[in-house]
Amino acid sequence: MAEDLAQDALVAALEQWPRSGVPDNPGAWLMATAKNRAIDRLRHGEMAARKEEEMGREVELRARLGEHDPAEAAADEIDDDLLGLIFTACHPVLATEARVALTLRLVGSLTTVEIARAFLAKESTVAQRIVRAKRSLAEARVPIEVPGPAEREQRLASVLEVIYAIFNEGYAASAGEDWIRADLCEEAMRLGRVLVGLMPREPEALGLVALMELTAARFPARTGPRGEAIPLPEQDRSRWDFVLIGRGLKALKRAESLGRPLGPYALQAAIAACHARARTPEQTDWERIAALYDALDAISGSPVVRLNRAVAVGMAFGPAAGLELLDGLAGEPTLRGYHLLPAARGELLERLGRTEEAALEFSRAAALSGNARERAVLQARAGCVK
Amino acid sequence: MRVMAIVKASKDSEAGVMPSEEMLAAMGEFNEEMVKAGVMLAGEGLQPTSKGARVSFGGEGERTVIDGPFAETKELIAGYWLMQVRSFEEAVEWIKRCPNPHDEPGEIEIRQVFEAEDFGEEFTPELRKQEERIRSQAEQNQ
Repeated sequence: MAEDLAQDALVAALEQWPRSGVPDNPGAWLMATAKNRAIDRLRHGEMAARKEEEMGREVELRARLGEHDPAEAAADEIDDDLLGLIFTACHPVLATEARVALTLRLVGSLTTVEIARAFLAKESTVAQRIVRAKRSLAEARVPIEVPGPAEREQRLASVLEVIYAIFNEGYAASAGEDWIRADLCEEAMRLGRVLVGLMPREPEALGLVALMELTAARFPARTGPRGEAIPLPEQDRSRWDFVLIGRGLKALKRAESLGRPLGPYALQAAIAACHARARTPEQTDWERIAALYDALDAISGSPVVRLNRAVAVGMAFGPAAGLELLDGLAGEPTLRGYHLLPAARGELLERLGRTEEAALEFSRAAALSGNARERAVLQARAGCVK
Repeated sequence: MRVMAIVKASKDSEAGVMPSEEMLAAMGEFNEEMVKAGVMLAGEGLQPTSKGARVSFGGEGERTVIDGPFAETKELIAGYWLMQVRSFEEAVEWIKRCPNPHDEPGEIEIRQVFEAEDFGEEFTPELRKQEERIRSQAEQNQ
């Protein structure tokens, strides 16, 4: 029977929804409903009426053998099917855009219209993207199942990447007028929590949820009255969302308690936690942040991580130490057009009293910035320093 | 959006009568479902009003403390959930599926939480200072 219900849910998910009217809350909510239908059916005896004796005997036998009751077994199988659906929707054979759209549609609670609005695309484009994604999965003969241990890590990385991509899309949009785009962050957090519910001992899933919650906690303080971005050191911390901070810190603690070395998401969450714990910018534990960036650098090898590490070192151990690290990034090809590198140099030079060089770096940063408002701020700093 | 679901009290909850094992199991399962669906943000049970107090705000800055228990059981609060949902209707659907927290008929009230955008352009002192700083910087550069 569990298979019937699971099949129901999956068939509905993969085939019916785009054609028939969309239920208000598809995806994870529907899976929870399917699970409850299973439990209800068993309890209220719909099945029992048909297989009463058989079930009765089986329940008794299982109880005596100390096994789960059938309701729980059905629930576990449906959980597995939901997890399988998530892994399938995030399969690396699909491009990221396709994975994102398919996940939001099948697992999340967004309609095609909402997905289109959220990504500033046409509804028909998104609908086609989803159809083509399903076809690609069928052609590649991707089974709807949880990947085995050999592929698990890589496939999980793909799932986390999709959820984080949704969050970042919402994050980039959250300073604007359109709250449906900001809702993407809520959707991503929700998907992350669903994943954690299904994989409670997976530290990177917990790490990702912690990172998203700790980051989203700062949103109410992020934007000024004229829509301008307020940098972290200047934010009114009383506006931070303490429900999310509490949750994020808890999720991080759970990740750390699993006893495995922290992965990239958990490390980034730990950095965000340092900021979250500081009542004022002066109370920030920059030494710990620098150490966390060290660990992150060791596993990621990303120049941007090394840039952030230099900034943290500059805060923890003085501008000269930070500048030394930044000098090491001077020839880095991937950072060539990245305005935050000269901006960071300008900051540290200014603190060392090397004002002319600082002004030059801020102007350089302004020239590289792709954002008019940001450019104005950087030009202002170049002007102030002289 | 966020909502708060407020569980109203009952004679038993006010009397400190613990729920049956069955009820606790059913409620535990419901909570777990909300957690696994990514919907539950927070939730707590509150002890009876006999262990609580009220602070009364009179005129002229007057403050009086009144110890519980309090009357009007139906209007008292026994617990709450803070939920993250796509729509108010979704919250209603979840709460409809909640097992009855008490052994008698009762109510759970659902209310929307004010979000940042509901406050519009309210300035905190920090924001006001920041705006002044930006304005003076802009003036300097003219």
